[in-house]
Amino acid sequence: MPPPSASEKPLVPLLTIARVFFWTGVLSFGGGLTGWIHRQVVHTFHWMEEDDFLSGVALAQVLPGANVTNLCVYVGYRLRSYAGAAVTLFSLLAGPTVLCVLVAMAYHRVSEYSVLQACVDGVAAAAVGLNLRLGIIGGQRVIRRVAPTIAMIATFLAVGVFEWPLVPVVLVLAPLSVAAVWPRKGADA
Amino acid sequence: MREDSPLAAYMALMAVFVPFSLVAIGGGPSVFAPMQREAVDVRNWLSAREFIEIFAIARVAPGPGSMLATLIGWKVAGWGGALVATAAIFVPSSIVCLGVSNVWNRYRGRAWHKALETGLAPIGTGLMFAGVLAIFRLAGAGPLAWGTAFVVAGLLTFRPRVHPFALLLLGAVAFNIALFFAR
Repeated sequence: MPPPSASEKPLVPLLTIARVFFWTGVLSFGGGLTGWIHRQVVHTFHWMEEDDFLSGVALAQVLPGANVTNLCVYVGYRLRSYAGAAVTLFSLLAGPTVLCVLVAMAYHRVSEYSVLQACVDGVAAAAVGLNLRLGIIGGQRVIRRVAPTIAMIATFLAVGVFEWPLVPVVLVLAPLSVAAVWPRKGADA
Repeated sequence: MREDSPLAAYMALMAVFVPFSLVAIGGGPSVFAPMQREAVDVRNWLSAREFIEIFAIARVAPGPGSMLATLIGWKVAGWGGALVATAAIFVPSSIVCLGVSNVWNRYRGRAWHKALETGLAPIGTGLMFAGVLAIFRLAGAGPLAWGTAFVVAGLLTFRPRVHPFALLLLGAVAFNIALFFAR
């Protein structure tokens, strides 16, 4: 691995990216392995910063398409440009594409599948725990300042509690949230 | 009703799923209802009962919920259909995302980019919490699911080095223990 220069991090090997996202795909039961991806990308490998990742989460959810594939494309592009994005997308989808068809083929044979169902539900619930942890990490950073705290709580209430449609909510709240932290002329912070 | 030739089937799958990929704003589930209409009522690819079945399978199997398209493709034209449908539902939206990521990265380091990032991060965080709530509401989850999620989040807080594999395994074990005692 070449030594990192002053500002540039060393290039992340594509094979490592492929390995991480392959497992992300295979283990993504019940949707939403964002917390898992965050752990690998930000904490285990230190490929990205928290705010960088979290703003990617917001982008991924607003753009059309599955949230997890969008996030993978965002991360992959950030790490290794177009090749990185292609690798993350392909390695994420390769496993599940084959597995979901295999499950469909075996479906009628495993209709008595309560143990399997319990495993899947359990893994899904644990994955939600990973997402919850990501929320807490983001929350700890956000509550240092008033405006972002309000933005976070408003987003949670609108989308989570009141179940308003995500896209209009984000389109209204994101500009307000950004405006509140916009660098002002002559301001010191 | 199956299409006449594999090629015709692939074309039809692309004609259906590429537009859905591009309008699935906010995530895959936003187009599941129109997808059902198109596949069941308009194209007669599968029955309503089969659709519900593959919806359940897509939830049980790994991968994003949009893998529903993969299974429709499989029903229509076997493994080839599964691959074509997967590409059709995921690639177009990914290209849009790639374009946005490109623009987003080009201006990294500018003051206003930093402000955008700082402003968007709390929105992303709020969405994470909302997502936690939505998943549990969708699954009609009981105290066991909530408990597992909170234990996992707690473990991660106080033992940050624990491998996520172990946590997912913990969830599976907990649910099987509950299943055992429920019998």
